[in-house]
Amino acid sequence: MERRRSLPDVLAGGIFVLIGGAFVVGSLGHRLGTPLRMGPGAFPLLVGAILAVLGLAIVVKGLVAGEVISFGPVPWRAVVLITLAVLFFGFAVRGLGFVPASAVTTLLTTLAGSRVRPLTVVAVTIGLTAAATLIFVVGLQLRIPLWGPWLGF
Amino acid sequence: MELLDNLALGLSTALLVQNVLYCFVGVLLGTAVGVLPGIGPTATVAMLLPITFNFEPVTALIMLAGIYYGAQYGGSTTAILINLPGESSAAVTALDGHEMARQGRAGPALATAAIGSFVAGTAATVVLAVAAPPLARIALRFGPAEYFSLVLFGLIVSIALARGSTLKALAMIALGVLLGTVGQDIYTGTPRFVFGRRELYGGIDFVSVAVGMFGMAEILRNLENERARTAVVGKVENLWPTREDRRRIVAPILRGTGLGSALGVLPGGGHVLASFTSYAVEKRISKRQQEFGHGAIEGVAGPESANNAAAQTSFIPLLTLGLPAHPVMALMVGAFIVHGITPGPNVITDEPALFWGLIASMWIGNVLLVLLNLPLIGMWVRMLRIPYQVLFPMIILFASIGTYSLGFNAYDVYAIAFFGLLGYVLIKCGCEPAPLLLGFVLGPLLEENLRRALIISRGDPSVFLTRPISAVLLFLAVAALIAAVLPAIRKRRETVFTEED
Repeated sequence: MERRRSLPDVLAGGIFVLIGGAFVVGSLGHRLGTPLRMGPGAFPLLVGAILAVLGLAIVVKGLVAGEVISFGPVPWRAVVLITLAVLFFGFAVRGLGFVPASAVTTLLTTLAGSRVRPLTVVAVTIGLTAAATLIFVVGLQLRIPLWGPWLGF
Repeated sequence: MELLDNLALGLSTALLVQNVLYCFVGVLLGTAVGVLPGIGPTATVAMLLPITFNFEPVTALIMLAGIYYGAQYGGSTTAILINLPGESSAAVTALDGHEMARQGRAGPALATAAIGSFVAGTAATVVLAVAAPPLARIALRFGPAEYFSLVLFGLIVSIALARGSTLKALAMIALGVLLGTVGQDIYTGTPRFVFGRRELYGGIDFVSVAVGMFGMAEILRNLENERARTAVVGKVENLWPTREDRRRIVAPILRGTGLGSALGVLPGGGHVLASFTSYAVEKRISKRQQEFGHGAIEGVAGPESANNAAAQTSFIPLLTLGLPAHPVMALMVGAFIVHGITPGPNVITDEPALFWGLIASMWIGNVLLVLLNLPLIGMWVRMLRIPYQVLFPMIILFASIGTYSLGFNAYDVYAIAFFGLLGYVLIKCGCEPAPLLLGFVLGPLLEENLRRALIISRGDPSVFLTRPISAVLLFLAVAALIAAVLPAIRKRRETVFTEED
């Protein structure tokens, strides 16, 4: 395997250092305690520090002799639309109700695919919303109102 | 015979109408997601977990287990027919299985896979029934120090066996453990890392982590280069292997079963390792080495048996120690806990009907799988025509609904998006998501036992080395770590995984 400078390695290591560091800083706000009675901050401090050190090692290795991985293309449209779809569901399911929230989430997700035809989008949205309503609300008796209070009826 | 009594108890539980029904639903769903590339058992179990909360505990676990080993079956079907392994462990089946299909011998290849899996599944279920009780008795004597070392050992071994960079896998474990600390501290009730949000006091739900990392991130990966799946599959005929075939597959199936049963117990990708090892063994001892890669039936029989045996015996650490060996097992730990059962050595004595019922159901599930797979092979092939454009919106929608229904908490749904994006970036950087999920589930156990052990020893950390079982486990963990890092062994490991790639 060929080894040289690797950007994905540096990126991954950077994320680890960042998250590990954030947890270390966060833990310092809690009581650390003694080994006999460890406080709530001790364990996250320890693991956070380990993560940050590992992340640093990955960064260094990535700069000197990293794994050669091609990062590949990023489907930005799909990333944005699917993230929005999931967030929307969490945000609106209580207010809008099960049916509208499911429909919007499915619509946004379906649009994430490249080369989608409008007719397919409509068909998938209606079909999946109906299927989800039948399975979860009718079949499994999930207690979410079909239409929510935001709609005014 | 105590064993026979126990198995009778298990069968009487597993044969209840609703249990057989949900076992069937489980293996059916499992086969479906095994066949369909782009959705795996982990995401499926995570999505369906909330639904099973209304079931009896044993019914829920029977179904979830069915999804897991059903997926191992289904994965081989697509591997053979269209050279597209639905599950990582089926990758090696594709080598010779697809070659057989191209020579017009798809039928015997599929039949061999099914027969091998069935024999292996049956034998491994017996191994599970025999090996679990004594192991559980040993585990009952474990104190907090032993448990801490055991969990640490399990986590380290799981990465020593996985493919990819050891350093990154270690970091993923640590990240998982850290994320597991979000929420109220078990001893003092202090909320940690919750950003003042009451919704986070209960911690991050592992379903959100699993659905995000294995569902959403996987979908984003697949959308990178969308291409229309063309399933050009000829009719499958002549299902039965010839007399010559039957003679050639007996020994590989038996060797595969043995290898798989042994390797499946190891935490981490035991079933993947088992199928690769079995292939390597069959190739080495075969008198027809030149046939391997060109449609040798032994190359299907061995790995398929090993893979399925490992899928069954990987329940041993879960049922006896409460230690999940695979992300699906980690989700099953959650299923146990939701039903008020702590997975571990106590299950066997406190819930004998559940324990033996689950084991017996695996054998029933294997029978159902043979019935499902051989006659209905055409249906599974047709399922490959479901366009991905329908499949991925369905996964996203059902995942969101399922996760929301866990506790009607919008933050659980937001967490899917967070872990989906984080997982996507990390996977693109060459990190495996499985260690993170294992770390996330086992992290709280690690912290609790560390703190408890130190309280008992009055703050003396040497307790982990002075108690013999704990010391041995820690020593083994260090050895596994060294083995994973050492270049010589690393190279060997890589050849096991990439052979014939």
